[in-house]
Parts: sequence; structure tokens; C-alpha cells
Amino acid sequence: MKHIAYTRLISLALTAGLLALAFLLPPPPALAQQPTPSDDAVNAIASQLYCPVCENVPLDVCGTQACAQWRDLIRQKLADGWNEDQIREYFLTQYGDQVVGAPPPRGLNILAYVLPPLAFLIGLFLVLRRFAPRAPANQPAPIVSDEAIARLEAELQQRKADASMEDE
Amino acid sequence: MSAALPSKTSPRRISWAVIVAFILLVGFLVLLGISLSRAQSGPPEVGDTAPEFTLTTFDGQTISSTDLAGKVILINFWASWCSPCAEEAVDLEQAWREYQPTGNVIFIGVDYVDTEPEALAYLNEYDITYPNGPDLGTQISRTYRITGVPETYLIDASGVVRGVKIGPFTSLAEIQQFVGSAYAP
Repeated sequence: MKHIAYTRLISLALTAGLLALAFLLPPPPALAQQPTPSDDAVNAIASQLYCPVCENVPLDVCGTQACAQWRDLIRQKLADGWNEDQIREYFLTQYGDQVVGAPPPRGLNILAYVLPPLAFLIGLFLVLRRFAPRAPANQPAPIVSDEAIARLEAELQQRKADASMEDE
Repeated sequence: MSAALPSKTSPRRISWAVIVAFILLVGFLVLLGISLSRAQSGPPEVGDTAPEFTLTTFDGQTISSTDLAGKVILINFWASWCSPCAEEAVDLEQAWREYQPTGNVIFIGVDYVDTEPEALAYLNEYDITYPNGPDLGTQISRTYRITGVPETYLIDASGVVRGVKIGPFTSLAEIQQFVGSAYAP
């Protein structure tokens, strides 16, 4: 009986010791979750960028080694927690404006956004102005001298007289 | 006989909108012309004054062509994805090791539209020790209006282009001959 009591005492002490150790040890460090971005997520951004070496080919459908490296770079940036705008800005800084389909609205590029609508508005204005119904002109009648009126009346009278003579 | 009536016609006035539209059209055409002219003008030719540039290397060093006045500069445009660039990489490095002790010739590598990990791996693979850096915003390649990679330009001590090589060098002797057109030890 005494042996069993000792054994239970030792096992209780061991359990208590292990529990105390578990509480005293620092917790393991929490690591950031870094799931591998899917091809769809990569291509969603890649489709807005263009191949650096072949003209007018979007990055998501480009088969060159340079494009493959760029897609890997997008995947890496996404895994690092970058968002779409940050990645796009990074590519613009690294590789210039030609990597995006539409030029960023800064510097002379602004003309590409301002000129077409401005030209359209001016054209619309000119067309409307040309074809819009005009209000009747409120201009004074041309001034004709009394002498000219008298001459006209005399000429009319003469023509009437000539006409009646021809009828007779 | 009849009296002459005053004429109803008056000088036609040009609308301000027409003037603005005309100015915009002319301005647009001028810009288009300048852009086309730039796009169609090729790379610098032998005898041209070399365009100035500034490069920040992969290890953070800033190199300006104006600071290198008085030295012969060899600028090599390359990329890690470019197979012909790899063909000349060893010969370029060997030539650099020959010219570096003179202190009068400097080789500069400009990494064109590349990704940094692959570029660094390329430099490591070919043991390239001359200064290299990314062409940020493709500014240097646009200044030199390169048509592809590899392309190499040789600038003499007075800042004039003395050599243009489109495509890879095929031997060390070819590089030595190229540099020799601007530098005699």
C-alpha cells in the first residue's frame, strides 16, 4: 500500500512539473500566412501589363522567358502582400510607361486624356451652332432715299401705262 | 435707271471656337510629328555626341556619364532572358579584367527590362565584376534608342560615340578591336 502511495505521489509531481513547464515556456512565434497566389490572381494583373520585348502582347498570354519572369515577379509580390495598385506602380517605376495599356495621367500623357474630349466638345459646339435655328434678325430696314422711291414709283407708273396701251 | 441699294454682305467673322480648334489640331500634329521623328531616328551613330545617362547599380552605387569624362566608356545593354547576351558575357568580363588596371577604360552593364533575382543570378553565373545596374523606367535604353539586346556602345574620352555593336560579340579579340578604336594603351 505504501509503494502505491509513493508511485501516485511521484506521478502527480511529474504531471505538475510538466504543466508548470508548459506554462513557463514561451509560445512558438506566429508566422505570417503566405499562400501561393493562384494563376488567376497573377493573370488578373498580368493582363493589364504588356510584354517588355514583344509589342502589344499582354503579359498573361505572352510566351517569352521575359514574360514568364515578370509573371513570377507578380506572384512573388502578391505573396509578399502587395496589392494590385502597388504592383502596377512598381512595374511603371521599373520598366516605364510602355508596360501599361493606357499611359498614366501625368506629364504630357494628360494630353491623351484631355485632347479627344475637348476636340469632341468643340466639334459638337460648332455643329450645333451651324445647324441651330436662328432667331429672326432684328435689323432696321435699309434706308432708301426719297429720290430713289420717287424714281421707282415713276418707273412703275410708266410700265403700267405701257402695259395698258399694249392691251388696247 | 435705278438707285444702288446698300450691300447686305459684311466681312465673315471667324469664331473663337474655330481658332481654338485649329490651334489644338496644329499642336496635336506637331506633337505627333515630334514623336514619330523620335521613334524613327535610330540609335546614336559613330561620330555623334553620346547621350548622357545616370545609372544606379545593383549595389547602390550611382554612376553618371558626366563624372566619367576623360575616360573611355563601354556601355553594354543586356538582360538575363537574352540568350545572345550570355554568349558574350564571358568575353566581356575577360576584356574588363584586362582594361580595368589601366584606369582609363570603364565597362558599364545596363540591365534592360529584367527582374532583379534573375539578373543577379546571371551576374553571379558569369562572374561579372564590372558595374551593372537596372535600367530604371527604361530611361537609358530610350535615350540610346536601342533596338534590342545585346547592344554595345563605345564612347571616347571626349564623349563622342566611337563604336556601335548591335548583337553579341563573338570573341575577345572582337571586343579588344572594338575598344581599340577609342583607346590605345
